[in-house]
Amino acid sequence: MINFGYSRVSTIKAAVEALSKDSNAQWIAGGTNLVDLMKKGVTTPEKLIDINNLPLKEIKKTGNKLYIGALALNSEVAENELVRKEQPLLSLALQAGASQQIRNMATIGGNMMQRTRCSYFYNTDMPCNKREPGTGCGALKGFNRMHAIFGTSEKCIAVHPSDMCIALVALDAAVLVTGPKGDRRISFQNFHRLPGDTPQKDNTLERGELITGIEIPDNSYQDHVHYLKVRDRTSYAFALVSVAAAVNLQGDTIQDVRLGMGGVAHKPWRLTETENFLKGKKASEATFRQAAELALKGAHGFGHNNFKLKLAPNTLVEALKIAAGKA
Amino acid sequence: MTRKKSPNPQSEEQQPNEGRRDFLKQSTLLTALAVTPPSLLEAAELRWDEKAASYLEKMPLDLEINGKAQQLSVEPRTTLLDLLREQLGQTGTKKGCDHGQCGACTVHVDGKRVLSCLSLAVMQDGKKVTTIEGLANGDQLHPMQEAFIKHDGFQCGYCTPGQIMSGIACIREAHANSEEEIREYMSGNICRCGAYPNIVKAIVDVKQGGQKV
Ligand SMILES: Cc1cc2nc3c(=O)[nH]c(=O)nc-3n(C[C@H](O)[C@H](O)[C@H](O)COP(=O)(O)OP(=O)(O)OC[C@H]3O[C@@H](n4cnc5c(N)ncnc54)[C@H](O)[C@@H]3O)c2cc1C
Ligand code: SF4
Ligand code: FES
Ligand code: FES
Repeated sequence: MINFGYSRVSTIKAAVEALSKDSNAQWIAGGTNLVDLMKKGVTTPEKLIDINNLPLKEIKKTGNKLYIGALALNSEVAENELVRKEQPLLSLALQAGASQQIRNMATIGGNMMQRTRCSYFYNTDMPCNKREPGTGCGALKGFNRMHAIFGTSEKCIAVHPSDMCIALVALDAAVLVTGPKGDRRISFQNFHRLPGDTPQKDNTLERGELITGIEIPDNSYQDHVHYLKVRDRTSYAFALVSVAAAVNLQGDTIQDVRLGMGGVAHKPWRLTETENFLKGKKASEATFRQAAELALKGAHGFGHNNFKLKLAPNTLVEALKIAAGKA
Repeated sequence: MTRKKSPNPQSEEQQPNEGRRDFLKQSTLLTALAVTPPSLLEAAELRWDEKAASYLEKMPLDLEINGKAQQLSVEPRTTLLDLLREQLGQTGTKKGCDHGQCGACTVHVDGKRVLSCLSLAVMQDGKKVTTIEGLANGDQLHPMQEAFIKHDGFQCGYCTPGQIMSGIACIREAHANSEEEIREYMSGNICRCGAYPNIVKAIVDVKQGGQKV
């Protein structure tokens, strides 16, 4: 690892200032993604600003929303009583991510900001538009088994790696940020972005904008939820395809439903059209199959990842079946 | 936190050195850069890069390692794993992948299991670290160490320190209620010899034995 300067900040204001005035500085939270990328030489900040002393660890109810501070640990959020009771889907998704040792270090803010696991992105000898804009995309015609089937561009076909974010996009969460120009709130759907011509940008944050926390509005998804993650090993691997499903049933009828899909796009993929199709229908395997067909509209593979065109709908059906208690 | 004079010779030779002064000079240069016309900036930046590469600043660091307070000083890039193994000669904690994928480097920091290969040492200032070397009480092995021997929980033994640190945490976290749960919560620890069945048996044994871990 190339050496770097290091400092700690204890106020949000100082954290924002430190980054705004120094273009070679980066914040560090748990370090589980940043240190790894620095060891590989994928990113080489000249200064790390340690934000762990900021007062952003709280998990609490504010009005009809659940607030989670950006520095709350993944393991603590997953096991928090309030989260398990009110937003069990989030807890399930967090528990499906990484290992307990990593969840004990990883923070909520850092999890949203983690970078793609595309192996070309990680290998500095390979071309990659995300790492070095203009060099090309090694995965496009290369080994692209892990890659996206939705919303790709010829500049980048990488997927967003987080499990937690798949649940958050389904739950209509909002991201709270503070930056040089003040505070703003970004809906989770608009937080991450598609690659387009600028795949180096993972999200819509501007330089110097710090995530302070997230908010999840109250909902009725406590009973019928499931996070299904399909991966090469039964545990401790990134998703090939994952589905976050939350269903609100009245008898056998679907009152309302939320669906997020992971491992398929540059951002957590929300299936709004599919949700609309399912509303008011009977919860049955046949309905779920039709929904899955609809969900795959517009998807296409790049060779090695063509199997996802089958795996994704199957995972969706299975997740819906388990969530609705029809498995 | 109060800083005591350390009896550890290691930390003597790592006292903050000229680095601090260099760093201050550097910072002044940076401030100057901010008001320099862009045309001159590139040249100045290059010079700064050159100096930055050759310059090593050490940071003071207070750690309690296996019950013993240590006053150290480290480069920011030093990981907790490298500090333990290379600077302090505590080689019980193993380096496997060095990228968070194998769990060989698992230690406890303030009672939580974490990966020392992804932890920067400077970020642990003021914390308590427990490694495999800190488990035994004199000649009396920790119950989890005993159980690993009894159940043949290791072959080459390379992953064993990390497995034991994780196994103890697994029980403390109340995630050792079934073999399935144990497997899930031990999944961050990879064993290339495939000793898993016996590792699970050892953890079940300690959990059922009800000893304090
Ligand atoms: C072996 C391995 C397996 C993994 N498996 C999974 C998995 O299966 N599923 C999954 O979802 N994840 C997985 N992860 C990823 C892990 O969850 C992330 O690395 C972690 O969540 C990042 O959080 P952190 O606090 O450590 O971030 P850091 O590494 O500290 O930071 C990551 C980035 O976020 C920025 N940042 C941090 N906090 C803020 C903030 N508040 N505001 C703005 N920017 C910020 C940092 O500047 C940095 O650029 C895995 C990681 C490893 C190493
Ligand atoms: S898919 Fe994206 S991240 Fe991967 S090589 Fe192509 S540009 Fe880089
Ligand atoms: S050496 Fe740290 S996880 Fe492999
Ligand atoms: S005993 Fe050999 S790696 Fe586990």
